[in-house]
Amino acid sequence: MALELTARDRSMLDGEQGPSAAAAMKILVAFSNAVGAGCLLDIAGAHIDGCLYHGKAGLDFVERLVEGGGRVQVPTTLNVGSFDLIHPGMVKMPAAEEVPARRLMKAHVELGCQATFTCAPYQTRFRPGFGEQIAWGESNAIVFANSVIGARTNRYGDFIDLCCAMTGRAPAWGLHLSENRRGRILFELAVPDPEPNDSLFVGVGLFIGQASGDRIPVIAGLPQPRDEDQLKALGAAAATTGAVALFHAVGITPEASTLYEAFQGYAAEETIRITRADIDHALAKLSSVPDGAPLAAVSLGTPHFSHDEWMRLLPMLRDVAPGRRIPIYVNTGRATLTRLQEEGALAGMEAFGLIPVADTCTYVTSILERLDGVVMTNSGKWAHYAPGNIGVSVAFADMKDCIRSAAVGHVVRGAP
Amino acid sequence: MIWSTETGAVERFGTFQLAGEAEGQALVFSQPLSFWGGIDAETGDIIDHSHPGLSQNVAGKILVMPSGRGSSSSSSVLAEAIRRGTAPAGILLERPDPILAVGAIVAEFLYDIRMPLVVCDIAGVASGDRIAVGLGADGRAIVSIGSLPD
Repeated sequence: MALELTARDRSMLDGEQGPSAAAAMKILVAFSNAVGAGCLLDIAGAHIDGCLYHGKAGLDFVERLVEGGGRVQVPTTLNVGSFDLIHPGMVKMPAAEEVPARRLMKAHVELGCQATFTCAPYQTRFRPGFGEQIAWGESNAIVFANSVIGARTNRYGDFIDLCCAMTGRAPAWGLHLSENRRGRILFELAVPDPEPNDSLFVGVGLFIGQASGDRIPVIAGLPQPRDEDQLKALGAAAATTGAVALFHAVGITPEASTLYEAFQGYAAEETIRITRADIDHALAKLSSVPDGAPLAAVSLGTPHFSHDEWMRLLPMLRDVAPGRRIPIYVNTGRATLTRLQEEGALAGMEAFGLIPVADTCTYVTSILERLDGVVMTNSGKWAHYAPGNIGVSVAFADMKDCIRSAAVGHVVRGAP
Repeated sequence: MIWSTETGAVERFGTFQLAGEAEGQALVFSQPLSFWGGIDAETGDIIDHSHPGLSQNVAGKILVMPSGRGSSSSSSVLAEAIRRGTAPAGILLERPDPILAVGAIVAEFLYDIRMPLVVCDIAGVASGDRIAVGLGADGRAIVSIGSLPD
Protein backbone atom coordinates (compact mmCIF):
# COMPACT_ATOMS: atom_id res chain seq x y z
CA MET A 1 0.00 0.00 0.00
CA ALA A 2 1.40 3.39 -0.95
CA LEU A 3 1.50 5.96 1.82
CA GLU A 4 -0.70 8.97 1.07
CA LEU A 5 0.40 12.25 2.54
CA THR A 6 -1.67 15.40 3.03
CA ALA A 7 -0.51 18.82 1.79
CA ARG A 8 0.52 19.65 5.35
CA ASP A 9 2.49 16.39 5.70
CA ARG A 10 4.25 17.25 2.44
CA SER A 11 5.04 20.75 3.52
CA MET A 12 6.71 19.37 6.65
CA LEU A 13 8.59 16.79 4.62
CA ASP A 14 9.78 19.48 2.19
CA GLY A 15 11.21 21.54 5.02
CA GLU A 16 8.73 24.40 4.84
CA GLN A 17 8.20 24.09 8.59
CA GLY A 18 11.83 23.94 9.52
CA PRO A 19 14.58 21.34 9.49
CA SER A 20 13.46 19.60 12.67
CA ALA A 21 9.90 18.99 11.46
CA ALA A 22 11.34 17.82 8.13
CA ALA A 23 13.63 15.29 9.80
CA ALA A 24 10.82 14.03 12.04
CA MET A 25 8.46 13.66 9.08
CA LYS A 26 11.10 11.88 7.00
CA ILE A 27 11.63 9.30 9.74
CA LEU A 28 7.90 8.95 10.30
CA VAL A 29 7.29 8.37 6.58
CA ALA A 30 9.94 5.63 6.41
CA PHE A 31 8.51 3.97 9.50
CA SER A 32 4.95 4.21 8.11
CA ASN A 33 6.05 2.68 4.81
CA ALA A 34 7.75 -0.16 6.67
CA VAL A 35 4.60 -1.02 8.64
CA GLY A 36 2.41 -0.68 5.55
CA ALA A 37 0.25 2.25 6.70
CA GLY A 38 -1.95 3.87 4.04
CA CYS A 39 -1.88 7.34 5.56
CA LEU A 40 -1.06 9.28 8.71
CA LEU A 41 -3.60 10.39 11.30
CA ASP A 42 -3.74 13.28 13.77
CA ILE A 43 -2.79 12.54 17.36
CA ALA A 44 -4.07 14.34 20.48
CA GLY A 45 -0.96 13.76 22.55
CA ALA A 46 2.33 11.92 22.91
CA HIS A 47 4.41 10.34 25.66
CA ILE A 48 8.14 10.13 25.05
CA ASP A 49 10.30 7.36 26.45
CA GLY A 50 13.58 9.04 25.51
CA CYS A 51 14.96 10.49 28.73
CA LEU A 52 17.03 7.52 29.91
CA TYR A 53 20.57 8.01 28.69
CA HIS A 54 21.71 4.97 26.67
CA GLY A 55 24.39 6.50 24.45
CA LYS A 56 25.43 9.52 22.43
CA ALA A 57 23.15 8.91 19.43
CA GLY A 58 20.03 9.40 21.57
CA LEU A 59 21.26 12.73 22.91
CA ASP A 60 22.60 13.88 19.52
CA PHE A 61 19.17 13.32 18.01
CA VAL A 62 17.34 15.51 20.53
CA GLU A 63 20.07 18.18 20.41
CA ARG A 64 19.75 18.34 16.62
CA LEU A 65 16.00 18.83 16.85
CA VAL A 66 16.55 21.60 19.42
CA GLU A 67 19.12 23.30 17.16
CA GLY A 68 16.66 23.13 14.28
CA GLY A 69 14.14 25.11 16.30
CA GLY A 70 11.84 22.13 16.69
CA ARG A 71 8.76 22.12 18.92
CA VAL A 72 6.33 19.34 19.69
CA GLN A 73 2.97 19.92 17.98
CA VAL A 74 0.75 18.23 20.59
CA PRO A 75 0.73 18.04 24.41
CA THR A 76 3.64 15.74 25.15
CA THR A 77 4.64 14.13 28.44
CA LEU A 78 8.04 12.66 29.33
CA ASN A 79 8.87 9.29 30.81
CA VAL A 80 11.39 8.83 33.62
CA GLY A 81 14.98 9.98 33.25
CA SER A 82 18.19 8.71 34.84
CA PHE A 83 18.08 11.46 37.44
CA ASP A 84 15.87 12.68 40.29
CA LEU A 85 15.90 16.42 39.60
CA ILE A 86 13.66 17.07 42.63
CA HIS A 87 16.05 15.41 45.11
CA PRO A 88 19.63 16.24 44.07
CA GLY A 89 22.07 13.76 45.57
CA MET A 90 19.55 10.90 45.45
CA VAL A 91 21.16 9.37 42.37
CA LYS A 92 24.83 8.50 42.69
CA MET A 93 26.47 8.89 39.31
CA PRO A 94 29.97 9.87 38.08
CA ALA A 95 30.02 13.45 36.74
CA ALA A 96 30.93 12.23 33.24
CA GLU A 97 27.64 10.33 33.12
CA GLU A 98 25.58 12.86 35.02
CA VAL A 99 26.14 15.74 32.58
CA PRO A 100 24.70 14.06 29.45
CA ALA A 101 21.96 12.34 31.49
CA ARG A 102 20.75 15.66 32.87
CA ARG A 103 21.12 17.36 29.49
CA LEU A 104 18.97 14.70 27.80
CA MET A 105 16.10 15.46 30.19
CA LYS A 106 16.47 19.24 29.76
CA ALA A 107 16.76 19.07 25.96
CA HIS A 108 13.38 17.32 25.75
CA VAL A 109 11.84 20.14 27.79
CA GLU A 110 13.39 22.64 25.34
CA LEU A 111 11.39 20.92 22.57
CA GLY A 112 8.22 21.87 24.45
CA CYS A 113 7.66 18.57 26.24
CA GLN A 114 6.14 18.73 29.73
CA ALA A 115 8.61 18.01 32.54
CA THR A 116 6.47 15.18 33.95
CA PHE A 117 9.23 12.53 34.08
CA THR A 118 6.78 9.82 35.01
CA CYS A 119 5.96 6.37 33.67
CA ALA A 120 2.31 6.88 34.73
CA PRO A 121 1.30 9.85 32.52
CA TYR A 122 -2.23 8.42 32.54
CA GLN A 123 -2.50 9.50 36.19
CA THR A 124 -1.55 13.12 35.52
CA ARG A 125 -3.62 15.98 34.11
CA PHE A 126 -2.48 14.83 30.66
CA ARG A 127 -4.55 11.64 30.87
CA PRO A 128 -6.06 10.95 27.42
CA GLY A 129 -9.75 10.26 26.84
CA PHE A 130 -11.60 7.25 25.45
CA GLY A 131 -11.06 6.77 21.72
CA GLU A 132 -8.35 9.45 21.46
CA GLN A 133 -5.48 8.76 19.07
CA ILE A 134 -2.13 9.13 20.83
CA ALA A 135 1.49 8.09 20.24
CA TRP A 136 2.99 6.72 23.43
CA GLY A 137 6.22 5.06 24.46
CA GLU A 138 6.80 3.07 27.71
CA SER A 139 5.23 -0.37 27.82
CA ASN A 140 3.14 0.02 30.99
CA ALA A 141 1.76 3.38 29.86
CA ILE A 142 0.86 1.97 26.44
CA VAL A 143 -1.06 -0.98 27.85
CA PHE A 144 -2.88 1.21 30.40
CA ALA A 145 -3.89 3.83 27.82
CA ASN A 146 -5.21 1.23 25.39
CA SER A 147 -6.82 -1.16 27.86
CA VAL A 148 -8.03 0.81 30.87
CA ILE A 149 -8.81 4.13 29.15
CA GLY A 150 -9.59 2.99 25.61
CA ALA A 151 -7.25 5.54 24.04
CA ARG A 152 -5.41 4.28 20.96
CA THR A 153 -1.69 3.84 20.54
CA ASN A 154 0.75 1.33 19.17
CA ARG A 155 3.95 0.44 20.97
CA TYR A 156 6.10 3.38 19.95
CA GLY A 157 9.70 3.56 21.01
CA ASP A 158 13.08 5.03 20.27
CA PHE A 159 12.96 8.24 18.16
CA ILE A 160 9.59 7.47 16.57
CA ASP A 161 7.52 8.58 19.58
CA LEU A 162 9.27 11.94 19.38
CA CYS A 163 8.81 12.12 15.58
CA CYS A 164 5.05 11.67 16.12
CA ALA A 165 5.06 14.46 18.73
CA MET A 166 7.10 16.79 16.46
CA THR A 167 4.65 16.32 13.59
CA GLY A 168 1.41 15.66 15.50
CA ARG A 169 0.91 12.62 13.28
CA ALA A 170 1.09 8.84 13.53
CA PRO A 171 0.81 6.04 10.97
CA ALA A 172 -2.79 4.82 10.55
CA TRP A 173 -2.12 1.18 11.38
CA GLY A 174 -2.31 -1.38 14.16
CA LEU A 175 -4.13 -0.42 17.34
CA HIS A 176 -5.11 3.00 15.99
CA LEU A 177 -7.74 1.18 13.90
CA SER A 178 -10.88 -0.36 15.47
CA GLU A 179 -10.71 -3.66 13.62
CA ASN A 180 -7.22 -4.39 14.96
CA ARG A 181 -8.30 -3.97 18.58
CA ARG A 182 -10.39 -7.12 18.82
CA GLY A 183 -9.39 -9.91 21.17
CA ARG A 184 -7.70 -13.00 19.75
CA ILE A 185 -7.02 -15.27 22.69
CA LEU A 186 -9.29 -15.96 25.66
CA PHE A 187 -8.03 -16.47 29.21
CA GLU A 188 -10.60 -17.89 31.63
CA LEU A 189 -9.73 -17.29 35.25
CA ALA A 190 -10.61 -20.65 36.80
CA VAL A 191 -10.20 -19.58 40.41
CA PRO A 192 -13.39 -19.90 42.48
CA ASP A 193 -14.40 -16.65 44.23
CA PRO A 194 -11.06 -14.95 43.63
CA GLU A 195 -10.07 -12.34 46.20
CA PRO A 196 -9.37 -9.13 44.32
CA ASN A 197 -6.00 -8.66 46.05
CA ASP A 198 -3.02 -6.97 44.39
CA SER A 199 -1.11 -10.21 43.85
CA LEU A 200 -3.96 -11.74 41.85
CA PHE A 201 -3.80 -8.92 39.32
CA VAL A 202 -0.01 -9.10 39.09
CA GLY A 203 -0.16 -12.90 38.70
CA VAL A 204 -2.77 -12.75 35.94
CA GLY A 205 -0.71 -10.07 34.17
CA LEU A 206 2.49 -12.14 34.32
CA PHE A 207 0.64 -15.18 33.00
CA ILE A 208 -1.14 -13.55 30.05
CA GLY A 209 2.02 -11.66 29.09
CA GLN A 210 3.87 -14.91 28.68
CA ALA A 211 1.10 -16.81 26.91
CA SER A 212 -0.32 -14.20 24.52
CA GLY A 213 2.54 -13.74 22.06
CA ASP A 214 1.39 -11.03 19.65
CA ARG A 215 -2.32 -11.84 20.11
CA ILE A 216 -4.58 -9.47 22.03
CA PRO A 217 -5.68 -11.21 25.25
CA VAL A 218 -9.21 -11.19 26.67
CA ILE A 219 -9.62 -12.10 30.34
CA ALA A 220 -12.93 -13.54 31.56
CA GLY A 221 -13.73 -14.13 35.22
CA LEU A 222 -11.49 -11.40 36.64
CA PRO A 223 -13.08 -9.96 39.81
CA GLN A 224 -13.96 -6.24 39.78
CA PRO A 225 -10.76 -4.43 40.75
CA ARG A 226 -10.68 -2.26 43.85
CA ASP A 227 -9.37 0.59 41.72
CA GLU A 228 -7.53 1.24 38.46
CA ASP A 229 -4.18 0.73 40.17
CA GLN A 230 -4.82 -3.01 40.18
CA LEU A 231 -5.34 -2.92 36.40
CA LYS A 232 -2.20 -0.80 36.16
CA ALA A 233 -0.28 -3.56 37.96
CA LEU A 234 -1.81 -6.22 35.72
CA GLY A 235 -0.90 -4.33 32.53
CA ALA A 236 2.63 -3.52 33.71
CA ALA A 237 3.21 -7.21 34.48
CA ALA A 238 1.78 -8.34 31.12
CA ALA A 239 4.01 -5.86 29.30
CA THR A 240 6.99 -7.19 31.28
CA THR A 241 6.72 -10.90 30.52
CA GLY A 242 5.37 -10.26 27.02
CA ALA A 243 4.65 -7.60 24.43
CA VAL A 244 1.05 -6.94 25.43
CA ALA A 245 -0.08 -3.48 24.28
CA LEU A 246 -3.80 -4.02 24.87
CA PHE A 247 -5.85 -6.41 27.00
CA HIS A 248 -9.57 -6.65 27.48
CA ALA A 249 -11.11 -7.70 30.81
CA VAL A 250 -14.73 -8.66 30.27
CA GLY A 251 -17.13 -6.48 32.25
CA ILE A 252 -14.26 -4.25 33.41
CA THR A 253 -12.39 -2.50 30.58
CA PRO A 254 -14.17 -0.06 28.24
CA GLU A 255 -14.03 -2.03 24.99
CA ALA A 256 -15.15 -5.29 26.62
CA SER A 257 -18.53 -4.84 28.27
CA THR A 258 -19.30 -8.35 26.98
CA LEU A 259 -17.27 -11.25 25.62
CA TYR A 260 -18.90 -10.59 22.24
CA GLU A 261 -17.72 -6.97 22.22
CA ALA A 262 -14.20 -7.93 23.31
CA PHE A 263 -13.89 -10.28 20.33
CA GLN A 264 -15.93 -7.98 18.05
CA GLY A 265 -18.15 -10.95 17.27
CA TYR A 266 -15.30 -13.26 16.20
CA ALA A 267 -14.41 -16.52 17.91
CA ALA A 268 -11.36 -16.81 20.14
CA GLU A 269 -8.44 -18.43 18.33
CA GLU A 270 -7.48 -20.22 21.52
CA THR A 271 -8.80 -20.55 25.06
CA ILE A 272 -6.51 -20.98 28.05
CA ARG A 273 -7.60 -21.56 31.66
CA ILE A 274 -5.68 -19.80 34.41
CA THR A 275 -5.67 -21.82 37.62
CA ARG A 276 -4.62 -20.82 41.13
CA ALA A 277 -1.48 -22.93 40.61
CA ASP A 278 -0.62 -20.95 37.43
CA ILE A 279 -0.84 -17.70 39.36
CA ASP A 280 1.14 -19.01 42.32
CA HIS A 281 3.80 -20.32 39.95
CA ALA A 282 4.07 -16.99 38.08
CA LEU A 283 4.38 -15.09 41.36
CA ALA A 284 6.88 -17.54 42.86
CA LYS A 285 9.23 -16.91 39.94
CA LEU A 286 9.48 -13.26 41.05
CA SER A 287 11.17 -14.14 44.34
CA SER A 288 14.70 -15.47 44.49
CA VAL A 289 14.89 -15.72 48.29
CA PRO A 290 12.91 -17.59 50.96
CA ASP A 291 10.89 -16.08 53.79
CA GLY A 292 13.11 -14.98 56.62
CA ALA A 293 15.88 -13.59 54.39
CA PRO A 294 17.38 -10.38 55.81
CA LEU A 295 16.06 -7.26 54.08
CA ALA A 296 18.12 -4.35 52.69
CA ALA A 297 15.33 -2.16 51.36
CA VAL A 298 11.74 -1.97 50.14
CA SER A 299 10.91 -0.48 46.74
CA LEU A 300 7.35 0.48 45.80
CA GLY A 301 5.95 2.52 42.94
CA THR A 302 6.82 0.73 39.68
CA PRO A 303 4.92 2.04 37.79
CA HIS A 304 4.95 5.36 39.64
CA PHE A 305 2.65 5.48 42.70
CA SER A 306 -0.66 7.26 42.19
CA HIS A 307 -2.18 9.53 44.82
CA ASP A 308 -4.60 6.70 45.68
CA GLU A 309 -1.74 4.28 46.26
CA TRP A 310 -0.09 6.80 48.59
CA MET A 311 -3.39 7.07 50.48
CA ARG A 312 -3.25 3.29 51.04
CA LEU A 313 0.42 3.30 52.01
CA LEU A 314 0.53 6.20 54.47
CA PRO A 315 -2.00 4.82 57.01
CA MET A 316 -0.25 1.44 56.73
CA LEU A 317 3.09 3.10 57.60
CA ARG A 318 1.56 4.83 60.61
CA ASP A 319 -0.09 1.59 61.68
CA VAL A 320 2.90 -0.73 61.31
CA ALA A 321 5.45 2.00 62.22
CA PRO A 322 8.49 0.24 60.75
CA GLY A 323 11.17 2.56 62.17
CA ARG A 324 13.86 3.91 59.88
CA ARG A 325 16.25 0.95 59.81
CA ILE A 326 15.11 -0.35 56.40
CA PRO A 327 14.66 2.35 53.71
CA ILE A 328 11.28 2.26 51.96
CA TYR A 329 11.73 3.84 48.53
CA VAL A 330 8.57 4.95 46.74
CA ASN A 331 8.83 6.02 43.10
CA THR A 332 6.25 8.60 42.08
CA GLY A 333 5.60 11.45 39.67
CA ARG A 334 6.71 14.94 40.68
CA ALA A 335 3.14 16.26 40.32
CA THR A 336 1.86 13.63 42.78
CA LEU A 337 4.69 14.46 45.16
CA THR A 338 3.89 18.18 45.00
CA ARG A 339 0.24 17.46 45.77
CA LEU A 340 1.17 15.31 48.77
CA GLN A 341 3.49 18.01 50.09
CA GLU A 342 0.77 20.64 49.69
CA GLU A 343 -1.57 18.38 51.63
CA GLY A 344 1.07 17.90 54.35
CA ALA A 345 0.60 14.15 53.89
CA LEU A 346 4.29 13.29 54.11
CA ALA A 347 5.06 15.20 57.33
CA GLY A 348 7.00 12.98 59.76
CA MET A 349 6.97 10.00 57.42
CA GLU A 350 10.77 9.86 57.15
CA ALA A 351 10.74 8.44 60.69
CA PHE A 352 9.30 5.25 59.20
CA GLY A 353 12.10 4.98 56.66
CA LEU A 354 10.10 6.52 53.79
CA ILE A 355 12.20 7.93 50.95
CA PRO A 356 10.13 9.36 48.05
CA VAL A 357 11.85 9.20 44.64
CA ALA A 358 10.66 11.40 41.77
CA ASP A 359 11.49 11.70 38.04
CA THR A 360 13.20 8.31 37.85
CA CYS A 361 12.89 4.79 39.21
CA THR A 362 14.97 2.73 41.65
CA TYR A 363 15.65 -0.01 39.08
CA VAL A 364 17.03 2.13 36.24
CA THR A 365 19.67 4.13 38.08
CA SER A 366 21.91 4.13 41.18
CA ILE A 367 19.73 5.05 44.12
CA LEU A 368 19.73 2.13 46.53
CA GLU A 369 22.40 2.45 49.23
CA ARG A 370 22.91 -1.30 49.47
CA LEU A 371 22.81 -3.69 46.54
CA ASP A 372 24.11 -6.71 48.44
CA GLY A 373 20.87 -7.58 50.20
CA VAL A 374 17.30 -8.50 49.44
CA VAL A 375 14.89 -5.85 48.20
CA MET A 376 11.18 -6.39 48.68
CA THR A 377 8.63 -5.00 46.24
CA ASN A 378 4.94 -5.19 45.42
CA SER A 379 5.70 -4.65 41.73
CA GLY A 380 5.84 -7.54 39.27
CA LYS A 381 7.72 -5.31 36.86
CA TRP A 382 10.34 -4.24 39.38
CA ALA A 383 10.79 -7.82 40.57
CA HIS A 384 11.35 -8.97 36.99
CA TYR A 385 13.86 -6.32 35.87
CA ALA A 386 15.77 -5.26 39.01
CA PRO A 387 17.97 -8.38 39.37
CA GLY A 388 19.30 -7.88 35.80
CA ASN A 389 19.45 -4.08 35.92
CA ILE A 390 21.00 -3.41 39.33
CA GLY A 391 21.96 -6.87 40.58
CA VAL A 392 19.76 -7.20 43.65
CA SER A 393 17.90 -10.22 45.01
CA VAL A 394 14.16 -9.70 45.14
CA ALA A 395 11.22 -10.87 47.24
CA PHE A 396 7.78 -10.07 45.83
CA ALA A 397 4.78 -9.54 48.14
CA ASP A 398 1.72 -7.39 48.74
CA MET A 399 2.35 -3.87 50.03
CA LYS A 400 1.32 -4.77 53.58
CA ASP A 401 3.87 -7.59 53.73
CA CYS A 402 6.56 -5.28 52.39
CA ILE A 403 5.93 -2.81 55.21
CA ARG A 404 5.69 -5.51 57.89
CA SER A 405 8.96 -6.96 56.64
CA ALA A 406 10.61 -3.55 56.86
CA ALA A 407 9.50 -3.40 60.51
CA VAL A 408 11.11 -6.74 61.45
CA GLY A 409 14.10 -6.50 59.08
CA HIS A 410 13.52 -9.74 57.21
CA VAL A 411 11.11 -11.14 54.62
CA VAL A 412 7.70 -12.08 56.06
CA ARG A 413 4.74 -12.93 53.86
CA GLY A 414 1.12 -13.84 54.42
CA ALA A 415 0.12 -10.88 56.60
CA PRO A 416 -3.25 -11.49 58.28
CA MET B 1 17.51 -12.20 -11.74
CA ILE B 2 20.24 -11.00 -14.11
CA TRP B 3 23.47 -12.88 -14.68
CA SER B 4 26.39 -10.60 -15.19
CA THR B 5 28.69 -12.50 -17.52
CA GLU B 6 31.80 -10.49 -16.80
CA THR B 7 32.10 -11.19 -13.07
CA GLY B 8 29.94 -14.26 -12.60
CA ALA B 9 27.90 -12.30 -10.07
CA VAL B 10 24.13 -12.54 -9.76
CA GLU B 11 22.18 -9.32 -9.65
CA ARG B 12 18.76 -8.81 -8.20
CA PHE B 13 16.62 -5.77 -7.51
CA GLY B 14 15.44 -4.64 -4.12
CA THR B 15 13.63 -1.79 -2.39
CA PHE B 16 15.55 0.64 -0.22
CA GLN B 17 14.35 1.41 3.29
CA LEU B 18 17.43 3.59 3.41
CA ALA B 19 19.27 4.23 0.18
CA GLY B 20 23.02 3.95 -0.09
CA GLU B 21 25.93 2.00 -1.53
CA ALA B 22 27.92 -0.67 0.24
CA GLU B 23 30.18 -3.63 -0.33
CA GLY B 24 31.16 -6.43 1.95
CA GLN B 25 31.04 -10.07 2.86
CA ALA B 26 27.65 -11.57 3.54
CA LEU B 27 26.83 -12.69 7.08
CA VAL B 28 23.65 -14.71 6.67
CA PHE B 29 21.23 -15.79 9.40
CA SER B 30 17.98 -17.67 8.98
CA GLN B 31 16.99 -16.50 12.47
CA PRO B 32 16.35 -12.76 12.96
CA LEU B 33 18.74 -10.94 15.27
CA SER B 34 17.63 -8.19 17.65
CA PHE B 35 20.16 -5.36 17.82
CA TRP B 36 19.01 -4.50 21.36
CA GLY B 37 20.39 -7.20 23.62
CA GLY B 38 21.85 -8.90 20.54
CA ILE B 39 24.73 -6.70 19.44
CA ASP B 40 27.31 -4.80 21.47
CA ALA B 41 27.39 -1.34 19.86
CA GLU B 42 30.94 -0.75 21.12
CA THR B 43 32.38 -3.68 19.21
CA GLY B 44 29.79 -5.04 16.77
CA ASP B 45 29.98 -8.44 18.46
CA ILE B 46 26.87 -10.59 18.56
CA ILE B 47 26.09 -11.12 22.25
CA ASP B 48 22.70 -12.86 22.12
CA HIS B 49 23.31 -16.27 23.70
CA SER B 50 20.20 -17.72 22.08
CA HIS B 51 21.33 -16.76 18.55
CA PRO B 52 23.43 -19.02 16.30
CA GLY B 53 25.65 -16.06 15.38
CA LEU B 54 26.88 -15.63 18.97
CA SER B 55 30.41 -14.13 19.14
CA GLN B 56 30.59 -13.37 15.42
CA ASN B 57 31.05 -9.70 14.49
CA VAL B 58 28.77 -7.66 12.20
CA ALA B 59 31.05 -4.65 11.62
CA GLY B 60 31.61 -4.01 7.93
CA LYS B 61 29.63 -7.08 6.87
CA ILE B 62 26.48 -7.20 4.79
CA LEU B 63 24.02 -8.61 7.31
CA VAL B 64 21.40 -10.80 5.65
CA MET B 65 18.34 -12.07 7.54
CA PRO B 66 14.61 -12.57 6.98
CA SER B 67 13.49 -9.70 9.23
CA GLY B 68 14.28 -7.61 12.27
CA ARG B 69 13.18 -8.68 15.70
CA GLY B 70 12.34 -7.45 19.15
CA SER B 71 12.37 -4.26 21.13
CA SER B 72 12.13 -0.79 19.63
CA SER B 73 15.34 -0.03 21.52
CA SER B 74 17.08 -1.70 18.57
CA SER B 75 16.73 1.61 16.72
CA SER B 76 19.07 3.29 19.23
CA VAL B 77 21.56 0.45 19.21
CA LEU B 78 21.76 0.47 15.39
CA ALA B 79 22.17 4.26 15.27
CA GLU B 80 24.86 4.10 17.95
CA ALA B 81 26.67 1.27 16.13
CA ILE B 82 26.61 3.24 12.86
CA ARG B 83 28.04 6.26 14.69
CA ARG B 84 30.86 4.17 16.17
CA GLY B 85 31.62 2.35 12.93
CA THR B 86 30.73 -1.04 14.40
CA ALA B 87 27.54 -1.51 12.35
CA PRO B 88 27.17 -3.70 9.29
CA ALA B 89 28.10 -1.99 6.00
CA GLY B 90 24.57 -2.75 4.87
CA ILE B 91 21.58 -4.92 5.74
CA LEU B 92 19.45 -7.10 3.43
CA LEU B 93 16.04 -8.18 4.72
CA GLU B 94 13.26 -10.24 3.21
CA ARG B 95 10.57 -8.13 4.90
CA PRO B 96 10.66 -4.41 5.75
CA ASP B 97 11.47 -3.58 9.35
CA PRO B 98 10.32 -0.32 10.95
CA ILE B 99 12.72 -0.48 13.90
CA LEU B 100 15.90 -0.89 11.82
CA ALA B 101 14.64 1.70 9.31
CA VAL B 102 14.34 4.30 12.08
CA GLY B 103 17.85 3.53 13.37
CA ALA B 104 19.37 3.79 9.88
CA ILE B 105 17.58 7.05 9.03
CA VAL B 106 18.47 8.66 12.36
CA ALA B 107 22.14 7.80 11.79
CA GLU B 108 22.02 9.30 8.29
CA PHE B 109 20.34 12.43 9.65
CA LEU B 110 22.84 12.88 12.49
CA TYR B 111 26.13 11.64 11.05
CA ASP B 112 25.64 11.63 7.29
CA ILE B 113 26.52 7.94 7.18
CA ARG B 114 24.32 5.91 4.83
CA MET B 115 24.07 2.29 5.80
CA PRO B 116 21.83 0.87 3.06
CA LEU B 117 18.85 -1.10 4.30
CA VAL B 118 17.39 -3.17 1.48
CA VAL B 119 14.33 -5.39 1.19
CA CYS B 120 14.95 -8.11 -1.40
CA ASP B 121 14.91 -11.82 -2.10
CA ILE B 122 17.65 -13.33 0.07
CA ALA B 123 17.27 -16.92 -1.09
CA GLY B 124 20.55 -18.55 -2.05
CA VAL B 125 22.78 -15.96 -0.40
CA ALA B 126 25.46 -17.64 1.70
CA SER B 127 27.77 -16.32 4.37
CA GLY B 128 31.05 -15.28 2.79
CA ASP B 129 29.51 -14.23 -0.56
CA ARG B 130 30.74 -10.88 -1.87
CA ILE B 131 27.80 -8.50 -1.91
CA ALA B 132 27.61 -5.06 -3.49
CA VAL B 133 24.62 -2.80 -3.01
CA GLY B 134 24.21 -0.08 -5.65
CA LEU B 135 21.72 2.60 -6.60
CA GLY B 136 19.61 1.82 -9.67
CA ALA B 137 18.58 4.57 -12.06
CA ASP B 138 14.95 4.18 -10.96
CA GLY B 139 15.74 4.48 -7.24
CA ARG B 140 15.69 0.73 -6.79
CA ALA B 141 18.48 -1.14 -5.08
CA ILE B 142 20.76 -3.31 -7.20
CA VAL B 143 22.19 -6.14 -5.16
CA SER B 144 25.01 -8.03 -6.78
CA ILE B 145 25.98 -11.35 -5.26
CA GLY B 146 29.26 -12.98 -6.09
CA SER B 147 29.88 -16.48 -4.80
CA LEU B 148 33.20 -17.35 -3.27
CA PRO B 149 35.58 -18.87 -5.81
CA ASP B 150 35.66 -22.64 -5.40
